[in-house]
Amino acid sequence: MAVTALTRQDRILNGILYVVLSLILAAVAYPLFFVLIASVSDPVLVNTGKVWIIPRGLTLDGYARIVQHDDLLRGYRNSLAYASVGTLLNLGLTLTAAYALSRRDLPGRNGIMLYLTFTMFFSGGLIPTFLLIRDVGLYNTFWIMILPAGGSALHLAVSVFNIIIARTFFMNTIPQELLDAAVMDGCSDLRFFRSVVLPLSGAIVAVLMVFYAVGHWNGFFHGLIYLRERERFPLQLILRDILIQNTFTEELEIDDENALAAMMLAESIKYGMIIVASVPVLILYPFVQKHYVRGVMIGAIKG
Amino acid sequence: MQRTAVEPLEVRSTPLVVRMVRSYQLYLLLLPTVALVFIFQYVPMYGVTIAFKNFKPHLGIIGSDWIGLRHFIRFFESPSFWRLIRNTTFLSGYELLVGFPIPIVLALMMNMVTGARFKRTVQMVTYAPHFISTVVIVGMLGVFLSKNFGLTNHFLDALGGERVFFLGKEQWFRSLYVFSGVWQNAGWGTIIYLAALSAIDPELHEAAIVDGATLWQRVWNIDIPGILPTIVILLILNVGQIMGVGFEKAFLMQNALNLQVSEIISTFVYKVGLLDARFSFSAAVGLFNAVINFVLLVSVNRFAKVLGQSGLW
Repeated sequence: MAVTALTRQDRILNGILYVVLSLILAAVAYPLFFVLIASVSDPVLVNTGKVWIIPRGLTLDGYARIVQHDDLLRGYRNSLAYASVGTLLNLGLTLTAAYALSRRDLPGRNGIMLYLTFTMFFSGGLIPTFLLIRDVGLYNTFWIMILPAGGSALHLAVSVFNIIIARTFFMNTIPQELLDAAVMDGCSDLRFFRSVVLPLSGAIVAVLMVFYAVGHWNGFFHGLIYLRERERFPLQLILRDILIQNTFTEELEIDDENALAAMMLAESIKYGMIIVASVPVLILYPFVQKHYVRGVMIGAIKG
Repeated sequence: MQRTAVEPLEVRSTPLVVRMVRSYQLYLLLLPTVALVFIFQYVPMYGVTIAFKNFKPHLGIIGSDWIGLRHFIRFFESPSFWRLIRNTTFLSGYELLVGFPIPIVLALMMNMVTGARFKRTVQMVTYAPHFISTVVIVGMLGVFLSKNFGLTNHFLDALGGERVFFLGKEQWFRSLYVFSGVWQNAGWGTIIYLAALSAIDPELHEAAIVDGATLWQRVWNIDIPGILPTIVILLILNVGQIMGVGFEKAFLMQNALNLQVSEIISTFVYKVGLLDARFSFSAAVGLFNAVINFVLLVSVNRFAKVLGQSGLW
């Protein structure tokens, strides 16, 4: 929109928009900012409401305790393993399927699309899927955490959605002439996919990678349903125990000095845990944001 | 699409079998995905029959006796039935009512405001919470709203108000659920509308400016009609999901004190099915829910078509 076209009324409206959007900006950013400053402030000051805008009584005690927390570290390692192996598998499946489906000359292409998209709207549901997973021996294994299957219909629906995004990307970016020329030179489909399509698809690979990695990292339901042993628990399940399960400490009467201090420390450690748990994702985010948004848009335009 | 004029003729004249054989490598690429979807999505669909059976683990799904609709009837007659329906629909209805319009308004505002840097900053920051896990979001609710230690209550206290145990009060559950969701996802939700807005022909705006239209008039007469189809499609999808509220957040926000309003169908299915191992009954409840969802989706889609909007199919 050309700035020159603004009338006086428009400028007033624009001013109002600036104010409203700035308030929204602050409302979204403040909780995140507060978690950050609270995680490095003195627990007593934080929990008695003395910290608002700037950190006070700087300390890294909370973080020191977090890195000594065995359960949490194991959860962290597990989640890293699930996220990295799982993402690789997801990427391999999504890209290959999406490319094949992007080929207009593939006989039966529409039928296969229908076969996949149908599962976005209808699924067997939790119990039948659970029984199947248990019967095939995947319950409480490493594999169930990385297979793009089972449990919530969502888990796979997301993959089908991603296949559609990647397919749209291939259809829009890989020129038919390239394929024609390659076929003329005797290039096979697999070879073309590996040597021509993949090198041209950095953007969509980045998008999908983040999509999947974030999904694995943040996932909670899958582990809750399919894992029994604590040694295998992903980070989110451990976090839930620490962050959420002890909500009821608030119901206790606080009279003992030491108990109070311990509770404040426990409460403060949560801020650090929130940071530690979200850092891998929030570090990735700015680097890929542009690609990511574009990826969602590609999918959105022709879903 | 870009093929030469000769291609289609050639394609049409080549027998299907020959074309399929020629594409065998493409089928190879598809095979793993098609197989996984078959095993983990289509096979469990057969397992749905468990809802009509008296499932005995040692007999398996196929071997167990048929008992018809008994599980469904038991569910309809159980005292929790109406409570579950009410909790589920109220929660998602509330979420839809608040959570659906906000991204639209936000996207229109982002699109209107001048200053590309400012706009980018707003986008960057409001998208960020989308990447935070549900466990962490609920954990944040916990620390911010804690009765003795939380920021919110320190604030209320400073204003001379009474401290409130937000997470233990039934009447706060739905609002906390919905508004923390708005905080997390409203920004992210604008992406699709911004895409639709950027697809509007700039000539429309230029012509309107020449005719002396104000910014407000242009939003009202160009932008909003321009994204209406997108709004309708997303509304259909959302209404179709109204009985399918996500499991994770409600489950994580549940505690003994708010269970009367926070128990929804999906958490009930989990508890009855996997914790109490009443597989058949739980599957019946899940199937009932899935059917309602499907019917809703189909009827909303038809309704949109009657209104002259393009539906999903």
